[in-house]
Amino acid sequence: MRLLDYFRTSKRRDSASKAKERLQVIIAHGRSGRNSPDYFPQLKIELLAVIKKYTHADMDDIKVSLEREGNYEILELNVTLPSSK
Amino acid sequence: MAKIIVVTSGKGGVGKTTTSAAFGAGLALKGFRTVVVDFDIGLRNLDLIMGCERRVVYDFINVIQGDANLNQALIKTKQLDNLYILPASQTKDKDALTQEGVEGILNGLKETFDYIICDSPAGIERGAYFAMYFADEAIIVTNPEVSSVRDSDRILGILASKSRRAVENLEPVKEHLVLARYSPKRVIDGDMLSVDDVKDLLDIPLLGAVPESESVLLASNRGIPVILDGKSDAGDAYSDAVSRFLGEDLPHRFLHYQKKGFFGRLFGS
Repeated sequence: MRLLDYFRTSKRRDSASKAKERLQVIIAHGRSGRNSPDYFPQLKIELLAVIKKYTHADMDDIKVSLEREGNYEILELNVTLPSSK
Repeated sequence: MAKIIVVTSGKGGVGKTTTSAAFGAGLALKGFRTVVVDFDIGLRNLDLIMGCERRVVYDFINVIQGDANLNQALIKTKQLDNLYILPASQTKDKDALTQEGVEGILNGLKETFDYIICDSPAGIERGAYFAMYFADEAIIVTNPEVSSVRDSDRILGILASKSRRAVENLEPVKEHLVLARYSPKRVIDGDMLSVDDVKDLLDIPLLGAVPESESVLLASNRGIPVILDGKSDAGDAYSDAVSRFLGEDLPHRFLHYQKKGFFGRLFGS
């Protein structure tokens, strides 16, 4: 058994790198939320309400983000409109 | 000038109280007058870990409410003359902890002690909030495991936005990482996040990795901080971490897996 284990270790299991990848994504996401102002979630909801009055866009089709570049803050609004048929 | 240090993690069971006890004893060994304060109101355990449980008469909340003075509530540890603890209350009243009360106690302790270590409860509720609010420095205890790392990052965010230093626009709380329950062997096998992975993810300086060790359980059974166990690798790791905290530049001893030699395998533990 021991001898088998010895040969098996050459095949490195790698759940740790998977863990790191997942954490990188979730932590980056958490930090972006942390730096955005308190009114941000409410702003998103209200923007969506306005856009929905005129189109059939879904919450998932609307991306609102706030980027910081030096002294500027850029509010980016991205709406993917459903094909109008 | 007295320094207030919070030991915190977000997640429970990662080794906050063990780390608080070890740092308290380590700083006292270096000659500093040190007190460890238990902020886990309702679930006190620091007294047990530090072997003082039978001498608790008054607690943190008794002092806040004026039923006892600070000196009556402080308990001197048996092992070190300059190491004291302030036990938490077992009350279920969550609102017993008030900002003025905590501030008053910390100001009182500042007159006597060089280091005030605040042992935070898990979570981000009242006890955890007040444990970190007045801190000058923070020791983030993390395990190399996904939920612990994520919670540590959340706590770093809270320190950066909600602590007194953040609110009053002072110099930010100085952050330190202690990676507990580390197993270099499992890192080699690809089963555990490495020290470098966790450092990359959290982006704060490392005080030390504490190896997973049975001596931690033995020390808690006896009620003696693990750092006072002269033969424990975890104790040695904490001792190095305390030296680094005080500014010494020591090489890390417990980061890499050392394969046991022939004699080690025959006679080693």
